[in-house]
Amino acid sequence: MNIDLQARQIKPLRQTFNRVAAYTGDKPASRYLEATLGVQPTANFHYRPTWEPEFEVYDTRRTAVKMADWYALRDPRQYYYATWTMARARQQESMEASYQFVESRGLIGKMSDAVRANACEMLMPLRHVAWGANMNNCTVCARGYGTAFTAPAMLHAMDQLGVAQHLTRLGLALDEPGVLEAGRNDWLQNPHWQPLRELVENTLVIQDPFEVFVAQNLALDGLLYPLIYGQYVDEHLAIQGGTAVAMLTAFMPEWHDESARWIDAVVKVAAAESGDNRGLISNWYATHVARAQAALVPVAKLALGDAGAEALCAVRETLDARARKAGLTL
Amino acid sequence: MDTRVTKKKLGLKERYAAMTRGLAWDTTYQPMDKVFPFDRYEGIKIHDWEKWEDPFRLTMDAYWKYQGEKERKLYAVIEAFAQNNGQLGVADARYINALKIFIQAVTPLEYMAHRGFAHVGRHFTGAGARVAAQMQSVDELRHFQTETHAISHYNKYFNGMHNASHWYDRVWYLAVPKSFFEDAMSGGPFEFLTAVSFSFEYVLTNLLFVPFMSGAAHNGDMSTVTFGFSAQSDESRHMTLGIECIKFMLEQDPANVPIVQRWIDKWFWRGYRLLTIVAMMQDYMLPKRVMSWKEAWEMYAEENGGALFKDLARYGIRLPKGWEIACEGKDHISHQAWNAFYNFAAAAPFHTWVPTDEELNWLSEKYPDSFDQYYRPRLEFYRERQQAGHRYYSKTLPMLCTTCQIPMFFTEPGDPTKICYRETTHGGDKYHFCSDGCKHIFEQEPEKYVQSWLPVHQIYQGHCFKPGVDPTQPGFDPLAAVLDWYDLNVGRDNFDFEGSEDQRNFATWRGDAPQAGSAKKGGAA
Ligand SMILES: [Fe+2]
Ligand SMILES: [Fe+2]
Repeated sequence: MNIDLQARQIKPLRQTFNRVAAYTGDKPASRYLEATLGVQPTANFHYRPTWEPEFEVYDTRRTAVKMADWYALRDPRQYYYATWTMARARQQESMEASYQFVESRGLIGKMSDAVRANACEMLMPLRHVAWGANMNNCTVCARGYGTAFTAPAMLHAMDQLGVAQHLTRLGLALDEPGVLEAGRNDWLQNPHWQPLRELVENTLVIQDPFEVFVAQNLALDGLLYPLIYGQYVDEHLAIQGGTAVAMLTAFMPEWHDESARWIDAVVKVAAAESGDNRGLISNWYATHVARAQAALVPVAKLALGDAGAEALCAVRETLDARARKAGLTL
Repeated sequence: MDTRVTKKKLGLKERYAAMTRGLAWDTTYQPMDKVFPFDRYEGIKIHDWEKWEDPFRLTMDAYWKYQGEKERKLYAVIEAFAQNNGQLGVADARYINALKIFIQAVTPLEYMAHRGFAHVGRHFTGAGARVAAQMQSVDELRHFQTETHAISHYNKYFNGMHNASHWYDRVWYLAVPKSFFEDAMSGGPFEFLTAVSFSFEYVLTNLLFVPFMSGAAHNGDMSTVTFGFSAQSDESRHMTLGIECIKFMLEQDPANVPIVQRWIDKWFWRGYRLLTIVAMMQDYMLPKRVMSWKEAWEMYAEENGGALFKDLARYGIRLPKGWEIACEGKDHISHQAWNAFYNFAAAAPFHTWVPTDEELNWLSEKYPDSFDQYYRPRLEFYRERQQAGHRYYSKTLPMLCTTCQIPMFFTEPGDPTKICYRETTHGGDKYHFCSDGCKHIFEQEPEKYVQSWLPVHQIYQGHCFKPGVDPTQPGFDPLAAVLDWYDLNVGRDNFDFEGSEDQRNFATWRGDAPQAGSAKKGGAA
């Protein structure tokens, strides 16, 4: 059929789906908006979950945050599956290039044993922290309300799994496989890590998905990533000849900065919705960031020695500024 | 080079374990029961999660790479399709109605699956099972989105798609898929996997995939074909998760066997009933036929399914209850469903029609034991009435089966002239069913099914009118009020294909000569 169909003027009846047009009017909509707005079923549910009969399958009452419209919580990255997975694939390519570079120059062999051991000691227990973050973001996706909020949370959960796997691969590149077991033992027993493990385990039983989001993504990761990948890996390790480690973890700080745009946008819009939300989220932030900071004191010390305490305070200050910028009252 | 080249290397299996279940630990500051509260109340006994075999080994780096590449290619096709007005290349505008059913009834299930797998991906105590479920959660998000993006272009040019999400929560026939999936999601994590990953994806998926995707290929819909084939490698992962979960439960404890059998019985029947809609689509809505529902059933259910259950017999699992009745139904259900939708065409947001003579002949040939005897005369009668200007639209409300929520149009096993009715009493109320299968499912969990949001009951109870509507007004038209509440474009989204806007536009856009003998629209509503 080779008639000039393309040339013929064919007038569309409409530009997008009603669920999108309800927000934008009937005009051509981005793929992000068509993938997101008004997607989750909202009404006439059939059966209460047997595992939680006090709620509907999707229920705004699972969180104390109140939104007139949960689709106000947009992702400034405008991620949908395709753009997310293609962005990560590109980042993965540059990670592969880093691995090649590090291997071809023998950079790992050029690190001193002490630096290598120190890097493993610091970074291997963090595999488990990322795993906890993966679980918590699954919680946000499963228990949250509205696709705008929940879909990026699932992508974030998979990103956290990716982080845990990047760290695993790093450990296997730096040392024998036993290094993973050693990190796990530290995670389970070493006193330096116990406050952090306790904190992570406590976040795993928080029921309110928005509180989980604040505790994990803003409070804990907001301190952990700048402390570890900024202060420790990029500064401390690099000075001691551990640049290879910085190259092989480059994904993490880059991803943290990228996803912080989403996290801050969610917090900002939810807090701006009402005084109640602002108070609630501010309180959650204050509570969880104080706990996270306390749990990270021994970790900072392990990483940076006496400079750890100061570095942690600096990181906290920066995070407080970030929270204030997102509209929280501290 | 690194001087420590003699470093020990992990094998593939160990390496994948280190990348997944090796990340997990048994919590001690919080009890494990509190961290994983949901995977024991169903009664499934798991003694050793370490025995879980990873159904596939895909780390995130590889996942992103493969999936990113697939998305790049898929969206290039979707893009080109839109640019070239690919919608005009389909065989016949009637085909578009298969896509309407797809976006109304199937695409929302992808989304439900995404959320359901997020839930079980958090809550299985075994980390290996969690990772596999999480990957499926993002895959299903992908399917929801790629289907939406592929159909987005059709939505611009055809009716019946623009309000699919709103309809999913409200329109009577969409309570069938909706209640199916909410039934699965409201179960525990093991039942969810048995329902979705095993019964649906493993046992029945070809019966969904082949009609839609091969149907698209035969009918010139390259956009749907591309997303279908792009989803196929995801589906094969999902199927292996389904079979692994079943085998794992069965191997962990003999006490799991009767529970799993009960779920297989239930979800086979639930899935089979849901597929009635697909059967109808396959036999009636594809202008270029692929194979009949009956042929598909024989190949994918009777042959493949039969072999599967033979294989599972060593665990003490037998064929699902109702299997023989389902096999007998292959001669009937597509015709009975089309008949129902033809009559209720005013109340559903897609078009129906009487097949052409050539199509009727095809059905006669494919259904030698049933079509000419029971169904063809009825369709020819409808056509006669329509051509006389009396296209009939039923304005009454049908009785629904409490379990599957399909109108009571299925016939008695062994007697295709008699509608099958079953009932039971619970808590002083009477409940109606389309079959022994649906009645049995209700009786296993009455507390669940008494909650069903049955569209017809809801209409009679006055819950399906816009605020301010007064049903006691003289001359009140309940159907019109319900369609208004559905937010359905009366005259554009519904009624017969003959005389529809879709039909007119497609002919105009293609420059086809106006079709001779189009019947006038008539009848009620
Ligand atoms: Fe899917
Ligand atoms: Fe039924």
